[in-house]
Amino acid sequence: MSDKPVISIKDLAVHFPIGGGLFTPKVMVQAVEGITLDIPRRSFFGLVGESGSGKTTLGRAILKAAPITRGHINYADDEVSYDVASLDKAMLKDYRKRAQLIFQDPYAALSPRMTVRDIIAEPLEVMGITKTREETDKRVREIAAKCRLNLEHLRRFPHAFSGGQRQRISIARALVANPRFVVADESVAALDVSIQADVLNLLKSLQDDLGLTFLFISHDLSVVAHICDHVAVMYLGRLVETAPTRELFAAPRHPYTKALLSAIPSLDPDNRGTAQKLEGEIPSPTNPPPGCKFQTRCPFAIDRCRIEEPRLENLGLEHDVACHRWKELADVLAPATA
Amino acid sequence: MTLLNVENLTLEFDTDEGRITAVDDVSFDLEAGEVMGLVGESGSGKSVTAKALMKLNPDNAHYSPNTKITLTLETGAIDVMSLRSANEMQVVRGGAVSMIFQEPMASFAPAISIGDQMIEQLQLHKKMTKRDARALSIEMLNRVGISEAGKRIDQYAFELSGGMRQRAMIAMALSTSPKLLIADEPTTALDVTIQAQVIALMKDLVTEYGMGIIFITHDLGVIAQTADKVAVMYLGRIVERGTVRDVIRTPAHPYTQGLLNALPNLEDLEAPLMPVPGDIPSPLERPPGCVFHTRCPVAMPGRCDRDIPVMVKVSPDHAAACFAVEDRMRAS
Repeated sequence: MSDKPVISIKDLAVHFPIGGGLFTPKVMVQAVEGITLDIPRRSFFGLVGESGSGKTTLGRAILKAAPITRGHINYADDEVSYDVASLDKAMLKDYRKRAQLIFQDPYAALSPRMTVRDIIAEPLEVMGITKTREETDKRVREIAAKCRLNLEHLRRFPHAFSGGQRQRISIARALVANPRFVVADESVAALDVSIQADVLNLLKSLQDDLGLTFLFISHDLSVVAHICDHVAVMYLGRLVETAPTRELFAAPRHPYTKALLSAIPSLDPDNRGTAQKLEGEIPSPTNPPPGCKFQTRCPFAIDRCRIEEPRLENLGLEHDVACHRWKELADVLAPATA
Repeated sequence: MTLLNVENLTLEFDTDEGRITAVDDVSFDLEAGEVMGLVGESGSGKSVTAKALMKLNPDNAHYSPNTKITLTLETGAIDVMSLRSANEMQVVRGGAVSMIFQEPMASFAPAISIGDQMIEQLQLHKKMTKRDARALSIEMLNRVGISEAGKRIDQYAFELSGGMRQRAMIAMALSTSPKLLIADEPTTALDVTIQAQVIALMKDLVTEYGMGIIFITHDLGVIAQTADKVAVMYLGRIVERGTVRDVIRTPAHPYTQGLLNALPNLEDLEAPLMPVPGDIPSPLERPPGCVFHTRCPVAMPGRCDRDIPVMVKVSPDHAAACFAVEDRMRAS
């Protein structure tokens, strides 16, 4: 990829204080710690991990919707380049037009008291992008058509729509201000498989049409495998592996990636119980284990893993992994789907 | 021995907008030790069907008079539809039949410890002493892989993680040794790695306890991993049934085929995702004839929108309700 990355993250940390009540001491949660990552332009970039891995927080930090404790996030498109951590008010306003978010729950994300037209038009009006009502209507109609909503839909209220249609409305609202970068946080998780397929196809075609870059946050690896060209895997706030999708699925290098892949239930009824089962659960981010964060569940952990935290190493071809033993384990982990 | 026999289950709800049909003429059998998967999109009536087995649906539910649900236990057969009062229902609810719900946070009372909830139901259904009930509860929590069960038993639902809560739910459901377990999307809210653990646990427990299980899910992958046989539901009707192999490998009904084509396939990343065209119709606008004809790629006008197809066998253990399948079977 010769293009400059749209998002370039260097050693990012996001820490939240929790507790601090009358009887509980304040504790810091390392939601995101030491992440370095580039998101190439016009890519469909997948971010996966279990709940509590920090993927949503990372997405929000990029949109400047979570506090940045340490590190840099740089945003660049053809027109501007921003240091996201230190945007002033005017720049932040402009950044909000360029970077948008699509939410998970299409039932909670839309105001029940507004017509679909007003829901989609709101960002234009709030940001002062359009000057006249005619101009607004034109933009709304254009994006609605791209999201396969018809004119009659625009006059109705959200309650009249099914989950799939609501998600299309959310997408239209996110895209109406013509952003260059969109974070889609579990955007298909609440949908039935058939509607999920429909929304995924829509996102993909919008990306092609509008030249967008997507950060697609999901816990579902089979969905990510189909739609994303790059994947980053997170565990307990750390990036453990990132690679082009094909490469990651053919040759996972981190034991956690491998475990995630083999936990996907196979559609083959005769292929039961072959999944390499991962014991235990993700530790609490208030009390992360020392050394490699995955060592408490890793079947391959050795003494070194319990003391020293592995750094992200480049294996060439845009494939990075953070594991002390990736070289020796390459053959053990290799056949992801045999 | 047939554990559960459901015949002509038809269930309607009175709503402000009119009477809607949630389940339409559903029949199936379940043997002891057998796992049946019930698959379908939201609104297909799978949860309502499962709740009907314990008459757990709200007061605005109307069962048709020829609905027959028979639960055969060692002590004799129970005609579930004839049970009227909550007292009579006790034999079934929590006794012979247990249920695991999708959201374990919502199924545990938040202000009562896990242990007290487990003990209460054992005292109620098994007439156990408090001491015995507590001992059994700790044993069950251990059995489902909860470490330090002796300590966990006195904790509250909010103190446990999602996976842990679902395990506790399973322990509670199984502690009364039910003959039939209804699992309504038990793994949907869990991460894949935890889902794999829960599925493995449930498989072990079926082998050990030999109860019948109705496993409700929209995830065909989970069905492929757990079920012996499958029923696919659409708008309240069973459109296809068969062994899990037959239904997933050689789906006969266009709807089942559509569901499978919409799934991301890890073996072939290039394959496009094919959504079933259109949206599931509103229950107030229930299509006449075959309920799927409005979205069906092979619908025959004048026939599928007028007549209701009946189940036809495509192989000894595999049947579908579709005129196209019927024609194909007649031709061969």
